[in-house]
Amino acid sequence: MKAILSILAAAAVYEVVARGGWFAAALVPTLPAVARTLWAMLADGTMAGHALSTLYRVFAGLALAASFGLVLGFLMARSRAVERFFLPLVSVLMPIPSLAWAPVFILWFGLGDTATVLVVFYAASFPMILNTWTGARAVNPLWLRAAGAMGARGAELFWKVIVPATSPFVITGLRLAFQRAWIAVVGAEMLAASDFGLGWVIFDAKEFLNADVMLASLAVIGAIGFAFERLAFGALERATVMRWGMVRAAKA
Amino acid sequence: MSAASVLRAAFPLVVVAALWEITAHSGLFPPRLFPPLEEVAATLARLTAAGILPHHAAETLFRLAAGFAIAAFAGVLLGIAMGRYRRAEDLLLPLVSIGAPIPGLAYAPLFLLWFGLGNTGSIILVGFVAMFPVIQNSWTGVKAVKEIWIRAAQTMGADERRLFRHVILPGALPYILAGMRLGLAQGWRILVAVEMLAAVPWGLGWLIFGAREFLNTDVMLAGIAVIGAIGLALERFVFQRLERYTVVRWGMMAA
Amino acid sequence: MHHIEIRNVTLVYDTPNGRVPGVRGVSFATAPSEFLCIVGPSGCGKTTLLNIIAGFLAPAEGEIRIGGKAVTGYGLDRGIVFQDFAQLFPWRTALGNVAFGLEMKGVPKAEREAIALEQLRLVKLEKFAGAYPHHLSGGMQQRVAIARALAYNPAVLLMDEPFAALDALTRDEMQRLLAEVWRATRKTVVYVTHNVAEAVYLADRVIVMTPHPGTIKAEVPIRLPRPRDPLSVEFLDYQKQLLRHLTQKEEAR
Repeated sequence: MKAILSILAAAAVYEVVARGGWFAAALVPTLPAVARTLWAMLADGTMAGHALSTLYRVFAGLALAASFGLVLGFLMARSRAVERFFLPLVSVLMPIPSLAWAPVFILWFGLGDTATVLVVFYAASFPMILNTWTGARAVNPLWLRAAGAMGARGAELFWKVIVPATSPFVITGLRLAFQRAWIAVVGAEMLAASDFGLGWVIFDAKEFLNADVMLASLAVIGAIGFAFERLAFGALERATVMRWGMVRAAKA
Repeated sequence: MSAASVLRAAFPLVVVAALWEITAHSGLFPPRLFPPLEEVAATLARLTAAGILPHHAAETLFRLAAGFAIAAFAGVLLGIAMGRYRRAEDLLLPLVSIGAPIPGLAYAPLFLLWFGLGNTGSIILVGFVAMFPVIQNSWTGVKAVKEIWIRAAQTMGADERRLFRHVILPGALPYILAGMRLGLAQGWRILVAVEMLAAVPWGLGWLIFGAREFLNTDVMLAGIAVIGAIGLALERFVFQRLERYTVVRWGMMAA
Repeated sequence: MHHIEIRNVTLVYDTPNGRVPGVRGVSFATAPSEFLCIVGPSGCGKTTLLNIIAGFLAPAEGEIRIGGKAVTGYGLDRGIVFQDFAQLFPWRTALGNVAFGLEMKGVPKAEREAIALEQLRLVKLEKFAGAYPHHLSGGMQQRVAIARALAYNPAVLLMDEPFAALDALTRDEMQRLLAEVWRATRKTVVYVTHNVAEAVYLADRVIVMTPHPGTIKAEVPIRLPRPRDPLSVEFLDYQKQLLRHLTQKEEAR
C-alpha cells in the first residue's frame, strides 16, 4: 500500500514536470503518452520481437557462460595446477568491462548476434567461475568426511555431495551472471545490433527524439529483468537452497 | 610477494601471450584485425608519449570521480535516512527497488537526450547508476547495526547525534564500503560504455570505439589494457586499503 | 578375542613452533560389543585418536586392527558421529541422510528407504523422515546422525562428543536413548567425551587421557548394572575416581 503511494507520488512529480511546459514534449512525454506508445508497440508485436531477440541473445550468452564457468570453476577447485593457471588470467581479465570488448568483437565478427552474445558471455562468465570455485572450496569438510565414511568416492562424492553443497554459491553466481548479462546485452545491442533488440530500439529512438519509445522500452527492460530476478531465480532458490535451509551460507 | 609466486602468476599470462603471438604471426587473420602484441605495445607507448592516452584516461577518470562523488554522497545520505527513519524508508524503498534492477545503460540514451552528449549527461548517469548499490547497502548496514550496541550507547548517555557518529556510522561501515565498491565498479562499467555512445571528444570508451572506424585494432587493445589496469587499480588500491584501515582492523571483516 | 586393537599409536603435528606430539604410544583394545569411553580435557588427543581409528588421519607409528585386519583409511566397517550438527547434508531429508551410506553401497531405493526408516524408528524419529535438517532441533539432528551412522550396519560406531553442544536436559535424554540403541544393536562403540558423568553412565570401560603429549593415564572398568542411576553412591564414586585421575598433577617424567 505504502509502496503504491510512493510510486504514485513519484509519478505525479514527473507528470507535473512533463506538463509544466518547461521542456519539449518530445523529450519529456507525459505518462499517458508513454503508456499509449507502450500499448501500441505491444499490440502490433514490435515490442515482442525486440524482447525476443534480446532474450535470445542474453540466454545464448548466459548458457555458454554458465557451462564454461561451472566446468572451469569446479576444475579450479579440484586441481591446484588448473587453479594456478587460470586465477591470474581471471584477475587480469575481470576488471575489464565487458562492453569495452564490444568494438573489438564488432570488428572481428561484424554487427549482429555473434558480437552481442560474446559480450554477454564475457560479462556473465566471471561470476559463474568465481562463485563455483569459491563454493566448491567452501564445502563443509565434515560433509566430505561423513560421505567418505559412508563409502562415497569419486563421481558419487562429486555429484551427491560436492555439487549440492556448492549449489547455493552456484545459484548466487547464476543470479549475478544474469544481472551482468542483462546489463551487457542492452549495452551491446546499442553498439552492435542492427535491427532488433530492446537496447537497439532505445538507442535508435534517440536519433528521432522519441522519448516515449525510450521510456516504454525502458519499462519492458525493467519488467523482464525484474521477472527473471524474482520469479525465475526466486523459484529456483525456493526449490533448492531455501528448502534445505542453506540460504545463509550463500550470502556469507 | 616472492619471486616464485610472481613467476607462477606470470606463467599463464606468458602462455596466453605466446598463443596470441603465434596466431597473429600465422597470417590466419589480417594483421589490421589481429595485431601482434609488440605492435599493441608500441601503440601503447606511442599514444602515451604523445599524451593522447593520458588525456583520454584523465577525462574518463574525471567523469568517474565526479559521478561517483555524487553517488557516494547522495547514496549514503539517502541510505542512512532510509535505515533510520520510517518515513524515508516508506517513500524511497519502492522507488529504489524498481530503479535498481533496470540496467543503468538502458537509461543512457534518455540521459544523453535530456542532459546533452557532453560531460553533464555521462556524469549524471554514472552518479545515478552508482547510487543504487550505495543506497541499498547503507540502508542494510544501518539495519544491521546491532540493537545491543545502540542500547549500550544510549545507557552510556549517547544522544542521537553521537549515536550516529560513534555507533551507527562505524557499525554500518562494512556495508557502506561494500556498497561504494559495488557502486564504483558499476559506474566504471557504465562510463566506458557511455563514452562509446555519447561520442564525447575524449575518453577511453570513445578512444576504443572511435578506433573501430579506422580498423585500428592495436589502438583498441591498448585502450582496453589501460581500462583493465584502471579497473584493477581502483579495486586493489582504493578499496582494499580503505577496508584494511577500518573494518578489517576492527575485526568486522576478514582481510 | 579383541574387536578393535590399537597398538602403540603415535601422531605428530607439524606446527609453526615445531613438531608437537598429538598422541604418543597409545595402546588399548576393545571386546566385541563393548562400550568404551575415552575421557580427557581438551587437547589431550582424544579426538585425534578417534580420527585415527576412523581412518581420517594416518598415525606416524603403530597400527589399528579391527576384527584382526589392519586398517588404513576409512571404510564401511565403521560408522562415525561428529559433534557438529552441520554434519548432516542440508540438501537431503532425514531419510535421505540416513539412506546415503546404503545408496553408496548400491542398495536399491525401496530397500534402503525401508532400512533407513527402521533406523529412524530406532532413534524415535520415524515421523520426521521427510523433514530437512534445518527444521529439526539439535538433539533431533544428532539422532539422525546416529541413525545415519548405523544404517549401513558397521561393526563399530565411533562418536566424537556427539551431545556436547546440546542443553543438559536434552543430553540426558540422548544418553538414555543411546544406551537403548546400543543394547538393541550390540555395536562396539568408541565414545569420546570430556564429560565424566556421561562416561560413567554409558561406558563398560573408561580410558582416561592426559595432554602434552596425549597418553593414556588410566583405565577404569565401570561395573554397574544397567540402566544406571546417576544419583547412586557407586555412580558418584566412579565419577570421583575419574576426576581424580584427570586432576592429579602429573609426576615428573
